[in-house]
Amino acid sequence: MTLTVALAAVFLIAAAAGWLAYSRASQLRGSGHSRLHSLPAYHGAYAVLWVAVPAALLLAVWAPVQTGLVTQEVLASAEGQALPEFEMQRDAILTEAREIARGQREAGFNPESKDLAPSFAAADSRYSFVGGAVAILLALGAAFLALRRVGVTFRARTYVERWVTALLVAASLIAIFTTLGIVLSLMFETLRFFEQVSPAEFLFGLNWSPQTAIRADQVGSSGAFGWIPLLWGTVFIGAIIAMIVAIPLGLMSAIYLTQYAHPTVRSWMKPLLEILAGVPTVVYGFFAALTVAPAVRDLGLSLGISSASSESALAAGLVMGIMIIPFISSMADDSIAAVPQDMRDGSLAMGATKSETIRRVVLPAALPGVVGGVLLAVSRAIGETMIVVMAAGLAANLTANPFSSVTTVTTQIVQLLTGDQEFDSAKTLAAFALGLALFVITLVLNLIALSFVRRYREAYE
Amino acid sequence: MRAIGRPTAASGDARLRRRYAAERRFRLAGLFAVGLSAAFLAFLLITMAWKGLSGFTQFEAALPVDLARSDVILDPADLAGPEARNIVAGAPLNAAISQAAVAAYGEEAAQLFGGGAVRSLSRQLIADPSLLSRRAMLWLPVGSAVDVAAKQDTDLAAERLVERLESRDALRRTLNIDFLRESDATDPSAVGVWGALKGSFLTIMVTIMLAFPVGVLSAVYLEEFAPRNRWTDAIEVSINNLAAVPSIIFGLLGLAVFLNFMHLPRSAPLVGGLTLALMTMPVIVIAGRNAIQSVPPSIRDAALGVGASKMQVVFHHVLPLALPGILTGTIIGLARALGETAPLLMIGMRAFIVSPPNGITDPATVLPVQIFLWSDEVNRGFVEKTSAAIIVLLIFMLLMNGLAIYLRNRFERRW
Amino acid sequence: MKEKMPLTSNTPVPAPSAAIAAEAHRQDPSVAREEGLPPEPKGDVPTAEPAGSSEPTASPEPAPGPPPKMRAHEVSVSYGDKQALKNVSIDIHDDRVTAFIGPSGCGKSTFLRCLNRMNDTIPIARVTGRIELDGEDVNSTAMDVVQLRARVGMVFQKPNPFPKSIFENVAYGPRIHGLGSSKAELEEIVENSLKRAGLWDEVKDRLSESGTALSGGQQQRLCIARAIAVDPEVILMDEPCSALDPIATAKIEELIHELRGRYAIAIVTHNMQQAARVSQRTAFFHLGELIEAGHTSEIFTNPKMQRTQDYITGRYG
Repeated sequence: MTLTVALAAVFLIAAAAGWLAYSRASQLRGSGHSRLHSLPAYHGAYAVLWVAVPAALLLAVWAPVQTGLVTQEVLASAEGQALPEFEMQRDAILTEAREIARGQREAGFNPESKDLAPSFAAADSRYSFVGGAVAILLALGAAFLALRRVGVTFRARTYVERWVTALLVAASLIAIFTTLGIVLSLMFETLRFFEQVSPAEFLFGLNWSPQTAIRADQVGSSGAFGWIPLLWGTVFIGAIIAMIVAIPLGLMSAIYLTQYAHPTVRSWMKPLLEILAGVPTVVYGFFAALTVAPAVRDLGLSLGISSASSESALAAGLVMGIMIIPFISSMADDSIAAVPQDMRDGSLAMGATKSETIRRVVLPAALPGVVGGVLLAVSRAIGETMIVVMAAGLAANLTANPFSSVTTVTTQIVQLLTGDQEFDSAKTLAAFALGLALFVITLVLNLIALSFVRRYREAYE
Repeated sequence: MRAIGRPTAASGDARLRRRYAAERRFRLAGLFAVGLSAAFLAFLLITMAWKGLSGFTQFEAALPVDLARSDVILDPADLAGPEARNIVAGAPLNAAISQAAVAAYGEEAAQLFGGGAVRSLSRQLIADPSLLSRRAMLWLPVGSAVDVAAKQDTDLAAERLVERLESRDALRRTLNIDFLRESDATDPSAVGVWGALKGSFLTIMVTIMLAFPVGVLSAVYLEEFAPRNRWTDAIEVSINNLAAVPSIIFGLLGLAVFLNFMHLPRSAPLVGGLTLALMTMPVIVIAGRNAIQSVPPSIRDAALGVGASKMQVVFHHVLPLALPGILTGTIIGLARALGETAPLLMIGMRAFIVSPPNGITDPATVLPVQIFLWSDEVNRGFVEKTSAAIIVLLIFMLLMNGLAIYLRNRFERRW
Repeated sequence: MKEKMPLTSNTPVPAPSAAIAAEAHRQDPSVAREEGLPPEPKGDVPTAEPAGSSEPTASPEPAPGPPPKMRAHEVSVSYGDKQALKNVSIDIHDDRVTAFIGPSGCGKSTFLRCLNRMNDTIPIARVTGRIELDGEDVNSTAMDVVQLRARVGMVFQKPNPFPKSIFENVAYGPRIHGLGSSKAELEEIVENSLKRAGLWDEVKDRLSESGTALSGGQQQRLCIARAIAVDPEVILMDEPCSALDPIATAKIEELIHELRGRYAIAIVTHNMQQAARVSQRTAFFHLGELIEAGHTSEIFTNPKMQRTQDYITGRYG
């Protein structure tokens, strides 16, 4: 008997118990007990839950335990003692033997696995009999108890709803686990990185060339892991060039669409701008690399800048700015719409023109919201990956020349993790350190932005 | 006092004119900003369409083939069997085609045909085994170099070949259906997006199955049941932040947790879907909460008033009424997940996958990653294929967003 | 004047004892206001009414009458720091309409919502005191709030039909409570409820249309039908006519008259004519306190408390 069969049996018992509870409750209702506390369906669900969930959980816990026990037993046997000492080889044989025993494969790559298979099968079936029998007994017991509780006054609905509530709580805890997972996994790998590279070098170093040697005697075998050039490149592209493009265009678009445009124009243009936000970033990246970058390089060359690169910061930043326009415009749109009409009326009634009202009254009042939106957009821009991977370069330059090539944090993360690297080399671990740094920066930006937005919202509500 | 307060009529007029001019300039600046943004969008789309549409076409050249006199030795009876595809794949069709091309068009035509031609010939063979024993004139897709040369000016050798073919009326342009039903290949004339599309589909399915129930349930909990305490605040802060965390961080999480810790298969839609689900879930929660909030309290009162339990109120009344809003948010979140590239690069979905995945644990790639991979290729033939794949991706995005807008307009209820 | 319409037909004997009790009451208004325990509860009424509020109501009752359907004892409600209701004690009787009147914000709706624990839905609301339904404490853990609400139905200020069909609106309650196991039974319940709510003739041909498509007055009668469908014992109405036009209001009032024989009804209204027209008993609330309760005719013709007098003659409110 395999555990799968046991699981199926448990579900069968659960279904039977549910059906029995349901029909007993229905009978109670039919037999003149006018007001059953809970509908028969709840009695049924109550029984199903109590039968299925604990037994299934037991099986879920038992499965890995059983694998461990079986392996132990096989290793202790005569054939097991004869296995090679080398752990990887032994594990490979064990895995094959297990798969043969379970009929998942015909023959193993290692001949020993064939001999091990019978003892595997024997141990497997013994342990799964134990586990399966316990689970089935548990299910039967639960079914018995649950069925005994069916009655007029039994509050099956309340109990079922408690199960549902538990499910709801579990669902919402996933968000916390995700956050914890991000923080812990990044921290863990970063700490391992700092065992090999000092934090001071990482945080303050001006050189980034993460080459780790394949041979120890190779030239330049010790890589340099100073992230300042990457940080500069990220800020230069995401927070400076992209914002120079996006803030004026986004803000003015929002002002025009909310204050001046005819409603029909607005109802067409707003979704059109939102399409810009919906275009996948890989498309922007391709656009940047294929069309914008050569144009920018030609422009640079015609301006007499001989160092103009075809992977310039300007090209990546420009395209990223285009991508960010709709974020800024929709944030600004919301903020402007939240400014009370009275304020506008007050200004207009004094004889101010519309643009004077917007510049002197509406914008200052909406400023916190707009600033919050811009910060969110910056956070979005510096976390953006594909545009810079495809259009910005790999050279870690500390330069303010927009026509030259710079690299960013996200580009380097992709670069470090897409080769065939050992998972514990400094090069790979550096990606996690960069990831943690990126996470912290965007987190801080988001928190500041959200507090701006919240304070602004509270002011007018 | 009066003299200071009131400007004279003349200076007042001038001032007013200046103010109106400023007003016009401001307004024009706004119009310019909107126009420029729209122009960017138009430029982007037109560029992609311009470069990509030719990717959906393919040049074919006529080739006199006589397999009976080649090294291809096949038993026509085998070609009727179910193993026909494998048997044909084992035959040296490539060499036969190359020989035939040289015989027909001269030495430089040796590389005229590529992987697409082999594939086309195998299909024609299986459809008509009599080709094995007779001489026939077949139309076969040309290789990438000639294909590109036929579409635009490139290197001279290929140009000359094109001219020669054209002079003999042996070149024609056809619709490249294979682009939609084949997978990745080394030869750009033979590539297709089907494998990547299937990978995207499987990945998004995993994402939906996980993110939608979890997202909706946690939205329900937070909006209807959660007590105000520190735990709830922590969940809220988590969700709001997760919605703004860069997507590549989710890729790092997937790499560290799903691959290195849980040892799930690399490059699999399962892991990609899990990673994207974690990324999409906060979006669904936020959309769900807004939709649930907009259900008026009077509905809740009404149901409570006839003796529905809190749970019944939520699942019988509030959730059905909020569903269109939740679905709209979900589709928009999924569209984002569909276009996502960076996190999937981290978990190894950038492998060269020749056969489409058959399950969520098979190695696979997704459409955006396929675009990224092709964009990195040196071969010029990949440029139009990349753009063509982008067109396919954009069509899917438009469809999903259109569906979301339709749902919003069709079912949105004003209270 | 407003109180010109004494509902003589409904009024039991205007007992002279009432006047006396009221007289006694008036002599010691501090007892009426200060709701501390009376120094010496004079009548040994088994339910131990607190001084003040309930006494005038208790006296005109035929002494050995049936026990009240619902009984509130020293009920106080606070929202956070703000006390909304102070030590209210009152009985609600079978087969009778009890009207709660008073200026807005006086706590009458809050009190009504205590009776079927709708206040549970407001997290900051805190209810103290004892409320009984047939002698059972409604706030006790033994009382299932859902069953309580099935027994004590509610009709709200604004008609709030579900955005579902008319049939589904009415059938929802019976369905979740498991009344009517077959489709035919359910249909019968729906038909009877709609008939009793006086809506059947207007909607019988379009039961599958949305409940929200009805007019305001029809919607409110649909809500009443929905409340009736679960066969409650008490119906609470929270200003059920405040959102309706006069003709629809008249229909609802007529309906309340007809329903009186079957259910105990408590109605909150800010409209004193309405209270006078539909109720047999009236309770006057002011600033969270129950000032006076008694027979409607008496409250309107001969109130014992000055504040009641001032309110019903329109001096404030």
